[in-house]
Amino acid sequence: MRGFMDWLMDPKRRGPMLVTPAILLLFVMNIFPLMWSFGLSFFHYKASSMKPPRFAGLYYYEKVLTDPVVWERFQTTALIVSLSVLVQMIIGFALAILFSKKFPMRREILMLILTPMMLSFVAVGVFFKLFYEPTFGLISQAFMVFTGEPLALLATKWGAILGIVIADAWMWTPFVMLLVLAGLVSVPNYLYEAAEIDRASTWERFKTVTFPYVKGLLLLALLFRTIETFKLFDVVYIITAGGPGSSTETIAVYVYRMAFQFFKTSQSSALSYILLFVVIVLTNLYLYFVNRREQEA
Amino acid sequence: MFGRAKKKRAIREAGWGHTVICTIIGLIYFFPVLWIILTAFKTRQDALATPPSFLFTPTLDNFLRVFYRVTTDGEQLSTGMGLFFFNSIFIAGAGVLLALIVGTMAAYGFSRYPLKGNDTYLFVILTTRMLPPIVVIVPIFLMFRITGLSGSYIGIILLYAMFNLAFSVWMMKSFFDELSTDVEDAARLEGASEWKVFFKICIPQLKAGLAATSVFALILTWNEFLFALLLTGSDTRTVPVAMARSMGGQLGVDWGLLAAIITLFLIPVFIVTYALQNHLLRGVTFGTVKK
Repeated sequence: MRGFMDWLMDPKRRGPMLVTPAILLLFVMNIFPLMWSFGLSFFHYKASSMKPPRFAGLYYYEKVLTDPVVWERFQTTALIVSLSVLVQMIIGFALAILFSKKFPMRREILMLILTPMMLSFVAVGVFFKLFYEPTFGLISQAFMVFTGEPLALLATKWGAILGIVIADAWMWTPFVMLLVLAGLVSVPNYLYEAAEIDRASTWERFKTVTFPYVKGLLLLALLFRTIETFKLFDVVYIITAGGPGSSTETIAVYVYRMAFQFFKTSQSSALSYILLFVVIVLTNLYLYFVNRREQEA
Repeated sequence: MFGRAKKKRAIREAGWGHTVICTIIGLIYFFPVLWIILTAFKTRQDALATPPSFLFTPTLDNFLRVFYRVTTDGEQLSTGMGLFFFNSIFIAGAGVLLALIVGTMAAYGFSRYPLKGNDTYLFVILTTRMLPPIVVIVPIFLMFRITGLSGSYIGIILLYAMFNLAFSVWMMKSFFDELSTDVEDAARLEGASEWKVFFKICIPQLKAGLAATSVFALILTWNEFLFALLLTGSDTRTVPVAMARSMGGQLGVDWGLLAAIITLFLIPVFIVTYALQNHLLRGVTFGTVKK
């Protein structure tokens, strides 16, 4: 036993040894299921039936890629992602500028704005479902004050999309704000002093001093939020469940329904892989920027 | 909040006027949370009132109803919510603890013994967090069904540990990377064993890092919904799943009750968020951005 321990703790082996449990856990719970699902996508298989899988080749990929419904879901997702991320970037940036100044009670007020990010998606979904309620929901009631008509926001396609975007953007604006804030506070003071000597206008000061410092982080926030929003499931599932009709069904909700409502296991696996491909491209972009930032620092 | 940066703050100090503006904006932003908390203290009539009632007599009835419901015979029955709260705490706690142990070990390995190929592993680990959960959920569902892990604590705990692994490895690595190795080397020269170096020298210096990492992992796990929805049974169900289920009632949604559940569910998160403001940035970006 002693000899084995010494063998294990040999400096040559120490690095790999320390890393092994993590890799093992990852393999069992992630890599292996990933490969399984990859395999499934090439077979005819229904998780709800007992029939053994039959080889299908690229049948499901062809089916998924030529399916107009899939393209529609991707468009819906892209639409929600771009709207939500855009709103987050703008408001997040504005909030960061506001909070980059030093003022009394800053920490306490910041707390108010950071809370949504820490909430459960389900809770946020419930909040907004309550607000969007046509009869006693706050938004409908506010709308009534101005127009006299109640507002069933979730009854129309665009209303429902707006509803999801508001909830998601509300939840994640603090994230963008935090990243931008980190950039803003890292601007060295002497640059502002120099700009003052040059009598630079506020806009020039922003363009030449502030912006270059936050540019990298802004891009990072953009990519990070894009990747995360692409996976959007819980909020949609709770607020609209993809409705009305299927007008707010994101790709994640679509895969979920395909896999667990219709038990089209193979087809959902194939579609998952196409979704994975998109996310990997985005992730690589993200890492490229992270590495570049590290080299700059 | 950003300690070092405070000194080189570029923008001149703003005064109380700024505080007022920011408080108003903060309150508008916080309003949805506030409204839910208020709703939790309302009776059914107040909760559904038009126009919305801002002034009402608060009641604790909803909070009691989270745990007990009274039958028509006046009998008190447990709603099971107590168990679901316990499940949330237990599953999140165990999952995070496991991820933290395994992840810190790995982070130490990656940080101190840079080997060829390690970057690939680190990349693979990160991608697992970027991965849409929906991609692996079908095989995990099948795997759990075959092995009988479905509806068990151990299955979901292992899964959550894997979930938090990417996060704890990257975040802890960024903390280890910042630590100077001089003290460690000096201790080794003095003849300290590797165990001693790790536990007596590294870990005490990383207390803040460990706390931040675990708290972030806790929030992620605490709020997880999709896997919990599919992989927990009636005995291991977590609060988010129970919440989503109670949305679809026959008699319409019981908003007061739901608001009370959410309010209770919020308390830990509130405490935690306040405690960890200083580490928020590194946490939300998995340690890939340093302050």
